[in-house]
Parts: sequence; C-alpha cells; structure tokens
Amino acid sequence: MLQALADGILTGSIIALGAIGLTLTMGILRFANFAHAELITWGAYMALGVLAITGVFAGPIGPFSFGLPLILATLVAAVLTAALALVVDYLVFRPLRSHTNHMTVVFSSFGVSLLVRMVILLIFGGSAEYYSDELQIAVRLMPGLRVMPDHLFTLGLTLVIVIALHFFLQRTRLGLSMRALAENPDLVRINGIDTRTVVRWTWIIGAALAAVAGVLYGMTVQLRPEIGFQLLLPLFAAAILGGVGNVFGAVVGGLIVGLAESFSVLFIPAGYKMAVPFIILLAVLYVRPSGLFGGMRGGAK
Amino acid sequence: MTTALLQVSDITAGYRPDLPILHGVSVSVSEAEMVTIIGPNGAGKSTLVKAIAGLVPISSGTVSVAGSNVTNLLTHKLATASIAYVPQTANVFTTLTIDENLKLGASTLSKAEGARRIAMAYDNFPVLQKYRSHKAKVLSGGQRQTLAVARALLTEPRLLMLDEPSAGLSPLMVSEVFERLKSLVSTGVAILMVEQNVKAALAISDRTYVLAEGRNRIDGPSSELAGDSQVATIYLGAGGRKR
Amino acid sequence: MSGYIAYLVFFLIVALTYSIVVMGLNLQWGFTGLFNAGVVGFFAIGAYGTAVLTGPDRAELIGGFGLPFPVGVIGGMILSTLAALVVGLATLRLREEYLAISTFGIAISIQLVALNFDTLTGGAQGLTGIPRPLFATFGSPGAYNLFYLGLVATVAAVVYFGLQAALHSPWGRLLKAIREDETAAASLGKNPAMVRLQAFVLGSTLMGLAGGLYVGFIGYVSPMDFLPILTFQIWAMLIVGGSGNNRGAIVGAVGVWALWTMSGFAISRLLPVEYQSQGGAIQVIIIGLLIVLTLLFRPRGLIGEAQSVSRHVS
Repeated sequence: MLQALADGILTGSIIALGAIGLTLTMGILRFANFAHAELITWGAYMALGVLAITGVFAGPIGPFSFGLPLILATLVAAVLTAALALVVDYLVFRPLRSHTNHMTVVFSSFGVSLLVRMVILLIFGGSAEYYSDELQIAVRLMPGLRVMPDHLFTLGLTLVIVIALHFFLQRTRLGLSMRALAENPDLVRINGIDTRTVVRWTWIIGAALAAVAGVLYGMTVQLRPEIGFQLLLPLFAAAILGGVGNVFGAVVGGLIVGLAESFSVLFIPAGYKMAVPFIILLAVLYVRPSGLFGGMRGGAK
Repeated sequence: MTTALLQVSDITAGYRPDLPILHGVSVSVSEAEMVTIIGPNGAGKSTLVKAIAGLVPISSGTVSVAGSNVTNLLTHKLATASIAYVPQTANVFTTLTIDENLKLGASTLSKAEGARRIAMAYDNFPVLQKYRSHKAKVLSGGQRQTLAVARALLTEPRLLMLDEPSAGLSPLMVSEVFERLKSLVSTGVAILMVEQNVKAALAISDRTYVLAEGRNRIDGPSSELAGDSQVATIYLGAGGRKR
Repeated sequence: MSGYIAYLVFFLIVALTYSIVVMGLNLQWGFTGLFNAGVVGFFAIGAYGTAVLTGPDRAELIGGFGLPFPVGVIGGMILSTLAALVVGLATLRLREEYLAISTFGIAISIQLVALNFDTLTGGAQGLTGIPRPLFATFGSPGAYNLFYLGLVATVAAVVYFGLQAALHSPWGRLLKAIREDETAAASLGKNPAMVRLQAFVLGSTLMGLAGGLYVGFIGYVSPMDFLPILTFQIWAMLIVGGSGNNRGAIVGAVGVWALWTMSGFAISRLLPVEYQSQGGAIQVIIIGLLIVLTLLFRPRGLIGEAQSVSRHVS
C-alpha cells in the first residue's frame, strides 16, 4: 500500500510536469496539442544526445544517479525542445491557425506527433536507453517504504517548478498577458500587447517543462520513442481533471492520475493500467467537464 | 476645419476579401471632436471601427491618424498610434481582477508611469478602487463599461473609439456615460462612437455619419441631422425602426 | 501474371474495406468537423465483435457462438455504435477537442482489452479459425477472393450511395447548416449537439462494419492488425483523397494503401536487413508528411469538397 502510494506520487509528479505545459498551451493557445507528448520524448532524447556527444560523465552527485552533465544536458535539451516547438508552430500551426477550421490545427498536431516520434526512432533507434548505468541505493524512509533518491529529487523539482510558475503567472507582465490571452486574444491586442510574443513564450515555457518531464521520466523509468505517446492520455486526463489552463489544477490532476494508476494494480490486472487515465477522463467529462478547480476556460463551448 | 486627426478614406473591408461589409466608407474626426456613427442593423458600423483598429482587414482605401498612414496596422500598435478602442462586448477580462485589467492596459508604459496612471484612474473612478482586487466578472454592465474606458484612457490617447457604449445600460447609466464622454472631449480627446440610440447620439455629438448597407448615406453637424427626415427614412427603409 | 492479379484482388479487398472506414470518418470530419483520433478502435471493435460472435466454440474462450456471418457483422456494428455513444454522449456538448482526446483514449483502451482479456480476445495471439462466409462454396482461394472482392465492393457501393442520399436529404442539409453556422441552426430549433452525435455514431458504426468485413476475409484477428498507425493511415486516405467528398474518400483509400504497400515493398527490397526497422519509420514518416503537407498546401485534397467555402469563418 505504502509503496503504491510512493510510486503513484512519483509517476504523478512526472505526469504533472508534462500536464503543466499541456494545460498552458491548451488554455492559452486554445488547442489540444497532441504533439505535446512528443515534446517530452524529444526533450528526453535531446538530453541523451547531448550526453552522448559530449561524452563526459563527471560522476553522480551524492546519492543521485546523475551528475552535473545530465543537469547541463537537460538545460540544452530544454532549449532544443523549445526550438522544435517554435519551428513546428511557425511551419504548421500558425498557417493553419489563421485560415481554417480550428480543429484542423488539432488534427495537424496529431500528424506532427507521428512525424516527430518517427524521426526520433530513426535517429536513436527503438530500443530502451538509459542516461546512466549507475546503481543507486534505495533509501528506506519507513518500514515498507523504500524510495530512490532520484525519485525524491523528481518530487522536489516538481514542487519548485510549480511554485515558480505560479509566481510567474501571477506577478509578471508576461504571466499576466498569458492569462489574458487565454480569455480574449483580440482584447489583449487592443491593450497594445503583441500576442505573437506571448504565444512564443508560451511555447518556450511549455516545451521546456516538457523537456524536464522527459528527462525525469527517462531517469526514473527508461527512454523509448513511445514514452510520449504513452504519456499523452495521462497528460490530457490530468490537464482536464485540473481544469484546462489551471497550473495548480494540472499538478493535482497529475498526482490523482498517477496515484489512480498505481493503486489500480491492486484491483485490476496490470495490463489495464494504461486505461485508467481514460476512465478518469470520461468520468470528468460526464460529471464535471470544467475540471475540479475550473480552468481559464471552462469545458463548455 | 483643421487637418483631421483621423481620416478614413474610401475603405472597403470585411472578414473575407470576397465578401466586403464596407464598400468605400469615408469618415473623418478632428481634434477634440465628438463624432457618432449611426445606422440600421447590418450597416457596418462596428465593422468600421474594427477595421480602423486593425481587427478587420481593409482591402482598399486608407486610414491615417494625424497624417501618418495606419491602414491595416497590427492591432497592438493602436496604442502607439494614439488610438484607444473599447469594443462593445467582452471589453474587460472577466477572469482577471480590476487591478490586473488596468495593468494590462498599461503594458506599453514603463512600470512607474503605469502605476502613476493607474492610481489616477482609481481617483477618477472610485468604483474601480472599491473592487480593485475582485475579478471583473463581479462588475455590473455599467461598471464594466467604466473599467473598459478607464483602461483605454491609460495610454492617454488622442482618439477614443467606442462601440455602442450605451448598449445594455439603464437610461440613468446611459446619461452618466455620455456626460463622462462629453467631459473627456472638453479635455481635448477626440471621440468616434458607434451608437444605436439615435436620439442620444444626435443630441450629444458634434457631427454624425449615417451608414446603411456598408456605405455612407448622410453626414453633417448633428444638430442639423436631428431634424432631417431622411435619417428616419433610412432607418425605416432598411430594417425597420430602431428604438 | 496470375500471381499479380491475385495480389491485385487481395490488395483491392483490403483497400475497399478501408474505404468504408474512410467514408465513416468522412461523415465525422469532412461533413461534420468532428475529429476522431481513435478510428482504429471502432474498426477493431467491429472486427473482434464479429470474430467472437461467428467464431467456433472453444472451451477456454468466452464466445465462439458460431453465429452466421451477417449476424456477426451486425453484432460488431452494434458494439461500435455503443462505444461511439459512450464517448459521444460525454463530449459532444463540450469543446471539440474533448471528442478527439476521448476517441484517442478509447482506441488505447480497446487495444489493452484486445491484448489482455485473453479469454475473450485470445490476447496477443488473437483469435484464429474464424469462418470465412461461403468459403466452402468456392473451389479455389482465387475464386473465393474474387467473390469477396465483389462482396466488399458491393458493400462499399451501398455505403457510398447510402451516404450520398443521406447527405442530400434534409438531415444532410441540416448537417451542413450546423457546420456553416451553428448558432443560426440552433436558432431554428435544431439541436446541433444531437445532430453531431448522430453523425459521429453513424460514422463509427460504418467503421465497425468495415471491421467485420475485414475479419470475414482474413479469418483471424490479432492486436497487430489494429495498431495506432492504422488511424493515421485512414486519416491520410481521407485528407489526401479530399475530405468532404466520398469519391475522394475511396480514391484516397486505394491511393494511400497502394503507396503504403509499394513503399513497404521497396523498403524490404532495397534496405539492408539491419536497417529494416528504420525502413518502417520512413514509411510512417511518408504518411505523416502526406497528412501535414496536404493540410498546408492542398487543403482540399485530390478531390475536394465541391464548394469548400466557409468552413467555420471565424
């Protein structure tokens, strides 16, 4: 039981990180980006690529499995992931946004997700990869509960990011513009703000968070080209459960989805674990489509 | 008449190039002048101000402000072109607080200058001060209108464009809003206003344009149009009597 | 030579089966603007439903009712309909994205059931030995395949003409009116959400029908036949063929399936064995590029909608 709780919180915090980026882009850019999951995969693999190219491994810090190189690689990966998001937005989403049915953009993101996944498969191959083969020793927190130091790090980092993002959205001009953009883009322009800049920063933040989520996922589980695809449903479930555009909601949603997945194994065969987010999603849509905490924009049309 | 502050010359505009809503409309507004645009439903009144604001593409004709061409300018450059615009609906951010609404309006200013002008706005509109940390969705229609105008004035525009500021307000509120606009004009701000309320529009403004079916029909000093039987005919002829 | 013809027949059976799926999707996307991201799920339900209902009785399995083929297909269609109702009722009153996300979810869940519910679906091995309708009547597999091609072509034609009639009926005009201007349609007392639900469910039912036909021809089902990539392939068929046009849907199905098989053939011939898995990725990239590039540069596809003006002006 206790172990399921710990596992659920770990998975949940990774889902939460990914869902924050997704909920921001869904709320602010106003479309469900199916390619968000691929930003996670891309980020994870870019970090792997940076590690492989630089070839340095300065050794792990303290009890963790990773060291300074992975942290630097993550930063580079965040930049490269933001670059990918901006390029895709410029080449695909922006032209479609301006002159067709709004769902065409959603659909194009579906196509983009496939392309990115396959390009990763081409470059890195399909087998599982790891950032490090260091073994780490699980810490026994209390009887019946052992936790990897990496996992505690993941949890802590998620917490720090959520708080930082909250202050960013509440206190800065850019954060304010983002929240305003989610409600009424024309009125933002009328206020003298160039929405293109705000859109760009939304992509950068969402993509950077996706990259961090990808690295943490790769660190705690493993790297495969399908990780994003497998995370997509949990991410959507978390974002909608928390209320689209609601950062805090995405975190709670992520934790709920993570915990539900890990506790589900106690009741149903493990093979069905991936369907749990779908059940949660359906339940939310039937019962409370605006999510637990309401979003920047509700579920109704 | 001095050179016009706003000169709209012969513009054709619409959401889609193949379906223009305005067919060669011309309008001018001088410094510190109040001009209203009236006309039956579907005349293109709102489209005209939206086109000036860069929200509806102009396919031919020009818009210039104080002599410089601003045709099809990107909407966010309105403020730097000394124009402020208050849309008819959805003119405040309901999910943001009053204070945040005003901060957004001051985005183009330095932080210090923005804070100074917001403080002034609170002095001028005490009702906003009272609700400053509430979400704008708690405001009544009239209060929202007040917030929208206060927001628009933060950039100290030379021209304020309003789309039906009296829509949905009680008669008492309407006269209050109009009084406020009048006093604004006396401080040197020019106003271009779309209005459904023909009587009130003619009573308050210096000049009036009557549009119908996307074209100029009549214009002139409001006092002269007030007695003009043609104005009534246009309303009766195209779409029935309005209020 | 006869080998080629036999292959051509085989190819056309599969392509025309997919064309029925594409027409179902066209009803959802092309005519109603609904994004179904889980096409493969509804196709799979029809296939598994048919397999369970018509398959031979086996001790270790639930099902194997040995029912006649048409009954099995109808059963599969009903199951697809029910699945469509579950996601449709949840989402069609909400923003359009939610339908996309839910259909994506149902496809994943169905794949999990196919893989894990061994006693119903045969798990990873799938169900084999599903009777092929009237197989004994024909002397040779070649003759049987010709018969089946005729069957599938007939069903596809019925679906095509049926859809055309529906689209020109008052219901079809209502569909169009809602797509052009939902508020106006609603003000005429029509319920847009209900009409969209009908179009979505009917489209999904057609996908189930195609699933049943597929099983009848192949004679077995396994999760490998219903991978997520199939959803993308079907979409490519629709987008390339020209959404909003049922002739385009059929042309797209045959064209894209031809491109897929030929590119697969070329890769297996030209690429060294050690690069074969990358070859698969290239094949998929072609599909992805087809979708994205068509959207960007030829949004109406090969044969677009006759009057493609004003898809949601705003």
